[in-house]
Amino acid sequence: MTLVPLWIDALVWLLVAVTAAYAWYARRQPHLAAPWRRVGQSGSGMAALVVLAAFAVVGLLDCVHYRPRLPAGPGGVPVYSVEVRSVLDALLAPLHARAERTYSAPLAIRAYARETVELSGGRLQRGYPRLQYAGVGRADEAARDRDVLLRSLAGAALGLVAWALAAVGWTALLARREGAGLGRMIGAIARGETAFAWRAVLLALLAIALVAGPVALLAREYHVLGTDKVGQDVLYLALKSIRTAIVIGTLTTLIMLPFAVLLGIAAGYFRGWVDDVVQYAYTTLNSIPSVLLIAAAVLMVQVYIDTHPDRFTAAVERADLRLLFLCIILGVTSWTGLARLLRGEALKLRELDYIQAAQAFGVRHGRIITRHILPNVMHIVLITVVLDFSGLVLAEAVLSYVGVGVDPSMNSFGTMINAARLEMAREPMVWWTLAAAFAFMFALVLAANLLADTVRDALDPRVRVGALAAAGGAK
Amino acid sequence: MSAPLLEAIALRTWLDGSGGVVRALDGVDFSIRRGETFAIVGESGCGKSMTALTLARLLPETARIVDGTVRLDGDDLLALPEAAMRNVRGRRIAMIFQEPATSLNPVLTVGHQIGEVLARHLGLRGAAARRRAAELLDAVGIAESGRRLGEYPFQLSGGMKQRVMIALALAGEPDLLIADEPTTALDVTIQAQVLELLRDLQRRIGMAILLITHDLGIVAQMAHRVAVMYAGTIVEVADRDAFFRASQHPYSRKLFAALPGLQSRGAELAVIPGQVPPLIGEFAGCRFVDRCEHAFDRCRVEAPGWAEIAETHRVRCHLRSRERAGALEARPGAAAAALAPPETRPALLTLRDLEVHFPIRRGLLRRTVGHVRAVDGVSLELRPGRTLALVGESGCGKTTVGKSILQLVRPTAGSVAFDGVELTRLRGEALRRRRGDFQMIFQDPYGSLNPRMRVADILSEGMHALGVHGARATADQRIGELLAQVGLDAGARDRYPHEFSGGQRQRIAIARALAVSPRLIVCDEPTSALDVSVQAQILNLLARLQRETGVAYLFITHNLAVVEYLAHEVAVMYLGRIVERGTVDEVLTGPKHPYTQALLSAVPTIEGGREKIRLQGELPSAVTPPAGCHFHPRCPRAHARCRERYPGDTHVSPTHSVRCFLYEEEDGRAT
Repeated sequence: MTLVPLWIDALVWLLVAVTAAYAWYARRQPHLAAPWRRVGQSGSGMAALVVLAAFAVVGLLDCVHYRPRLPAGPGGVPVYSVEVRSVLDALLAPLHARAERTYSAPLAIRAYARETVELSGGRLQRGYPRLQYAGVGRADEAARDRDVLLRSLAGAALGLVAWALAAVGWTALLARREGAGLGRMIGAIARGETAFAWRAVLLALLAIALVAGPVALLAREYHVLGTDKVGQDVLYLALKSIRTAIVIGTLTTLIMLPFAVLLGIAAGYFRGWVDDVVQYAYTTLNSIPSVLLIAAAVLMVQVYIDTHPDRFTAAVERADLRLLFLCIILGVTSWTGLARLLRGEALKLRELDYIQAAQAFGVRHGRIITRHILPNVMHIVLITVVLDFSGLVLAEAVLSYVGVGVDPSMNSFGTMINAARLEMAREPMVWWTLAAAFAFMFALVLAANLLADTVRDALDPRVRVGALAAAGGAK
Repeated sequence: MSAPLLEAIALRTWLDGSGGVVRALDGVDFSIRRGETFAIVGESGCGKSMTALTLARLLPETARIVDGTVRLDGDDLLALPEAAMRNVRGRRIAMIFQEPATSLNPVLTVGHQIGEVLARHLGLRGAAARRRAAELLDAVGIAESGRRLGEYPFQLSGGMKQRVMIALALAGEPDLLIADEPTTALDVTIQAQVLELLRDLQRRIGMAILLITHDLGIVAQMAHRVAVMYAGTIVEVADRDAFFRASQHPYSRKLFAALPGLQSRGAELAVIPGQVPPLIGEFAGCRFVDRCEHAFDRCRVEAPGWAEIAETHRVRCHLRSRERAGALEARPGAAAAALAPPETRPALLTLRDLEVHFPIRRGLLRRTVGHVRAVDGVSLELRPGRTLALVGESGCGKTTVGKSILQLVRPTAGSVAFDGVELTRLRGEALRRRRGDFQMIFQDPYGSLNPRMRVADILSEGMHALGVHGARATADQRIGELLAQVGLDAGARDRYPHEFSGGQRQRIAIARALAVSPRLIVCDEPTSALDVSVQAQILNLLARLQRETGVAYLFITHNLAVVEYLAHEVAVMYLGRIVERGTVDEVLTGPKHPYTQALLSAVPTIEGGREKIRLQGELPSAVTPPAGCHFHPRCPRAHARCRERYPGDTHVSPTHSVRCFLYEEEDGRAT
């Protein structure tokens, strides 16, 4: 196989590398590590982080694209498929391959709509035809119910076992590092007495295992979340949408950050004409309806793509470029809020004595900004980034609904919701596409918000977690 | 004797700290009688404010009253439900706080805020409430009370806001007024007005005052009885006279000895080594033991109980309870060292008609509609190795003078000549090259160090920027030297500023300035944010550094005691101009300008003695200074000429000059 370097994938992995580097750096800086340790003490924060990590794993698996190698052609020259797949595609290949003809309800074994079927005798009959790939071999709904129950239980048991193995293994590792006995370590975790919120982490993992196990087993035989209009498995669509959501949420922030940080701090620090220019820029930008700007930019990219078909070898590349430009234009329109915050903060900081002292030493402006101002506004940047993430995931859904979002061939929660618009008006109503998109987005955004809350509290020195309450409880 | 108004018995308040549970109050007992002023003194972090908040049950969320009783007129306040407590607060116990600017709600009028209290506690509404509110404003000395009722806090000056706060506190006709550092944020002349007001009100309505302060001078003026607080407990209680005549606890004595002043000039100030111990956990012995020079074995193992010196004088100290009093007798103070001979070298720094005007811009096109004349024609000279004190109230432009010397604020006119080089004309690289010669130490040791940088990085920043000690090894060595020079151990280099106390932080700031070997250091109120004992350490350090390195100080301050101790020359500033300057002895013992005289008399001192000159009103705005002599609206000796033009410089002696018509006339007659 050969890797296909897509722009988005490269940027996402760059982001992962930068985050890892920051984590490594922060570990060695006590003043940076301390607030993150407080994040680690928060149960809800760590549970949210585990859920987010699960989403991130799915998203990252979808961020490695390659062309599979085909059976060698004549002369042993390797031949690669024209189709570009991601690792996630490969894992979910069975789900993708088992496409029905049209709608089917979750876990159904028959189609959702009545059709005229030609029976073997040439007789026509109207009824609900059997699905091609769901519940093969189950005679009727009752047999299906039994099978579903069995598979759910088996899946749950499987999940439980996997979780238990992982948990015990991890606890043993912890126990060895702390030099405590395994039994005592288990007790400490179970009572929530460890400094790091291991109990919350393990509980969140257990919840994920208990959901993932049954779903994995059921998905082999059924369409767990039903199928859409063209018969695609909705679970597959939802899993593929995660990448889009995460990319929009993170890359947009990545693009927005340089604008916001540089311009915001420069405006507040230099004041004068720099401040005037930056302020006019963001006031002007803010007064243009952003949907209009985004629509214009996306349409321009679309025109470019349509007029240069030779530059794109695969549909994925086209969709990738459009998503990238969507991120860029979203970033360009959304830096104003953070820039405004940072300008205010820089205005305040520049009057502080330590900045004045640095000026009295003749320290250069660039150095004052990077050494004195930037580290002291980092907490605002972090908080804004995490809060913006959920806002952007939702923004994508809205834009795709309006029709200026991602490429129609690309799976996203927005396109799912857009499709659901018509399905909801159908009789009988098709509810599961919307429900699936809702559930996935809800989990993702809720986890991001909970984590953001924890991070904000941890970085705010005025909020203290109650040691006195603990002492009082022990008394 | 009648039963006390308020009795606090074994109060224990704990709060959440980053390092564990802090026992902020650990067994505090005292009582306050009707109509008396009871003062609590002590350094910051000793639990003074926590005591006040505990009495009113206004503790922050992280704090809890663990144990104890507060009895107000026989009612147990700590047992009252919150609803009943609300009837106590404001009605029977009122509070005024340190910062008047943040104690008033900025979006409500003064009348509305007083009306709220009147309606809540006295049921007064409408015209009756309005009348009563006006009476209250009259009582606290605010003129045109009717008009002031309709004004918002931002329309009032700082002193006026504190008066409104007092009026608010009086509205409920309380039995007890808790005043938590009521004048710390105010200038001395305003402080004198507010203290006078409090005394006067107490005489008229007979309420008791719990006065919390760190200033022994205020205590001497205001208090009937004094309690000294240390590390969450009261260590000495006495009548005022007994306390000032013969305080018994080593800590109280140290507080007195650490006060700078003329008598200690040239000598080292007494310092209390170390700092207030962290209040985490139980104390086995006396809390002061680690800082006490009289400590003996028993102090470490047994917490001292109360020892009665006299009926009204008690102290928690083993020395007193075991008749080892001899050990405590004061040692003779070090003889005042001879002062440096007058300096004859040419001036290091010369300011000529320095002006800093900040434009006020309004409207869409940001047109300049006026100027804040922060500094308006200042001329000064400072010789190498000398200390010039620049004295004045806040807002008179003294900090701006300091910053404009360093070119942090560019002067709009006039000249700043440093060693013969005109700094105002230097730009960019040329100015940067000279920056090593003059440095600054700031007021707030918490704001002057970047919390995200290690001490080593902070110290090396200046060397790095100015290219001194280029090689890494020599820079490292220099950092070690600097830390030793300011009395910090070498381990400090890898730590962050938040791990240090205020005094240690100020040492780091001094080391940072010293790093580039300056010849002039502008010290902008370097000790005003520090406790007395720490202030003494820093002043000692500054004096020693001057002896060792011959650095000159421009010492900006409002604290005249510090001036007496450290400075060679004094310049008194009022509204952007120098009104009087001369040597310390000339200005402080024979002040000529009415403003200097008033300023000196307004400083609360332990000895008392000085005849009080009360100034009316407050510093006028620097946007529209009064015509003629800026001081004439407040001057007790103003006459017609003062309204017409600004007086010129009159030399009273070769080194002493004053800008006032009183002396210009004499001068004129003499010649």
